[in-house]
Amino acid sequence: MDFDIPRIPLGDWIESGLDFLTTEFSGVTRAISRGTQSGINLLNDGLMWLPEWALIALVVLLCWKVSGRRLALGGLIGLALIWNLGLWNPMIQTLTLVVIATLVAIVIALPLGILAAVSDRFYRVIMPILDFMQTMPAFVYLIPAIPFFGIGSVSGIFATVIFSMPPAIRFTTLGIRQVPKDLIEAADAYGSTRSQKLIKVQLPLSLPTLMGGINQTIMLALSMVVIAAMIGANGLGSEVWRAIQRLRPGEGFEAGIAVVIMAMLLDRLTQSLSGGKKTK
Amino acid sequence: MTDTQQTKIQVRNLSKVFGDDAKKALKLRDEGLNRAQILEKTGQTLGLSNINFDVREGELLVIMGLSGSGKSTLIRCLNRLIEPTEGDIIIGGENIPQLSDKALLHCRRRHFSMVFQNFALFPHRTVQMNAEYGLEIRGIDKAERAEKAKSSLKQVGLEGWEHAYPNQLSGGMQQRVGLARALANDSSVLLMDEAFSALDPLIRRDMQQELIELQHRMKKTTIFITHDLDEALNIGDRIILLRDGEIVQIGTPEEVLTQPADDYVARFTEGVDRSRVVTARRVMRPVRATARHDDGPRTVLRKMSENALDSIYVVDRERRLLGIVEADGVDEAAKAGKDSIHELLITDFPRIGPDEPLATLYPMFHGKSYPVAVIDDQQRLLGVVVKGAVLEQLAQTGEQ
Repeated sequence: MDFDIPRIPLGDWIESGLDFLTTEFSGVTRAISRGTQSGINLLNDGLMWLPEWALIALVVLLCWKVSGRRLALGGLIGLALIWNLGLWNPMIQTLTLVVIATLVAIVIALPLGILAAVSDRFYRVIMPILDFMQTMPAFVYLIPAIPFFGIGSVSGIFATVIFSMPPAIRFTTLGIRQVPKDLIEAADAYGSTRSQKLIKVQLPLSLPTLMGGINQTIMLALSMVVIAAMIGANGLGSEVWRAIQRLRPGEGFEAGIAVVIMAMLLDRLTQSLSGGKKTK
Repeated sequence: MTDTQQTKIQVRNLSKVFGDDAKKALKLRDEGLNRAQILEKTGQTLGLSNINFDVREGELLVIMGLSGSGKSTLIRCLNRLIEPTEGDIIIGGENIPQLSDKALLHCRRRHFSMVFQNFALFPHRTVQMNAEYGLEIRGIDKAERAEKAKSSLKQVGLEGWEHAYPNQLSGGMQQRVGLARALANDSSVLLMDEAFSALDPLIRRDMQQELIELQHRMKKTTIFITHDLDEALNIGDRIILLRDGEIVQIGTPEEVLTQPADDYVARFTEGVDRSRVVTARRVMRPVRATARHDDGPRTVLRKMSENALDSIYVVDRERRLLGIVEADGVDEAAKAGKDSIHELLITDFPRIGPDEPLATLYPMFHGKSYPVAVIDDQQRLLGVVVKGAVLEQLAQTGEQ
């Protein structure tokens, strides 16, 4: 065809939008950055301050309490292996990032999920946004994170929060909407206010589903903080990244296995926590 | 139930349309179209149409209808779990459909407690905490609500189960918790939505009996929804029959049974065991003659021969029944020249209250052949029931 259809400069628009945000809100981003960084340091130092064997003992005890002997044994072997491989410090760094990213994600996701549960209009607005957040390739979030927060762990957390938040929102909404209608009716019939209904009926009854969402968020956060090594987030991810650059498959797999051990421990722990609540 | 009772709730011109063009549907209704025609023309469902009734203080009012008759909608309009389209519901001087959200909360807390068909207990709360719910959201302090919940649990026979969770209880017990939750709240009206329908028949019968007793004791105004006529007749002081969102008949169980408003009601009442519903008052006959306790034997004999009686009831000045005398005895006394019938009085004779059902009455005919005296709670003689009248009433069941 002869017509020369101009290419839509979608990328340019997004860039100028991001530029605008970075320059106009630099004060805000810098404050967030400082706050997050000191949070990371605090938690990291705390976990590092504990001797390895003490932390292992704590985790094993926790596994025993919430799940049973099998998980406790698995935790013991897994963590001992990580220690033995000399990956203890990166593991702690990764754990720190996961914990902080998950906390931030939950703090944002809970109110949004509740809102989407009670307001149909908000539900219709937020669902496509969540689809967008989840299907966009995770690496893409890394790029704008750098102008916002610079290279390092804070950017990693930013990208991780965006990537891992959707399931927490979805499961919160789902959990609240799943509360049987007759229980809502009972709460209404006795004259509950909206917040009484939420706190005394809807939230407690959606807790198992909600915990499922948190479990998902933790898993996604773990996978993302590993990827975030590309923009300078510390931890097991940067071990993998270094192994790639030096073409050392052995070291890469060692760090990878450490990630798998962490993932399994975190998953089983959070699952038994939510399951424990349900059977009560 | 007498008409002098105070009115608790007035429902006037209540209608409910399901759909987004209620006005049009109501206009068509006013033009005389029925529910099906309105649905066809506008796609709107006329859930309730022009409902008018009063709920009296302290009564147990049953609203009865088949599924789709609008009974669940009606009970939910009362506390606005469903918004009525038009009409007034007046309780304690407030018109419920016009209340603001805040006033409505207040009104629900003060006036209405609800018991649900599928119990609707909170599974994450113990029995005790379920019973406390209504009080808790009203901000009643811990000690007081614990005490109230405990006493209402005791009333429904769940003492000792306070710390169990609902899923550890049987259906009947769960509904007792539902009832306790409603009673603890101490609201002025109890709404029961098919409360016993999910229970198996034996437990259901027990629960009905307990509700009657409880209601009698507490005089709590109760509105009970059911699709089961037997249940309605068994527990209701009055019954409202609903069909297609309209009231077909309002009356006592007996009126519904003996004077059905139309064929629909009559068909409904077919196959109902009349002996449990028809009362002594209905089948009793006036007493043709009675003797006064200060009558002499000769006066009594004359009264008996005038009315061709073998025996006669003896009453005092206030028409209180003292006993019965037989012709033979009185005759002998007269011949012996006695001037009183007092020592001839037979006090061992069958008697019954006016609201007792025929089922209670029937076995009384097995012994002596006296008729059964119907007396009120002051012992005054209201009438007698003879065997023939009972049989006649029971026979009507067979004919239908």
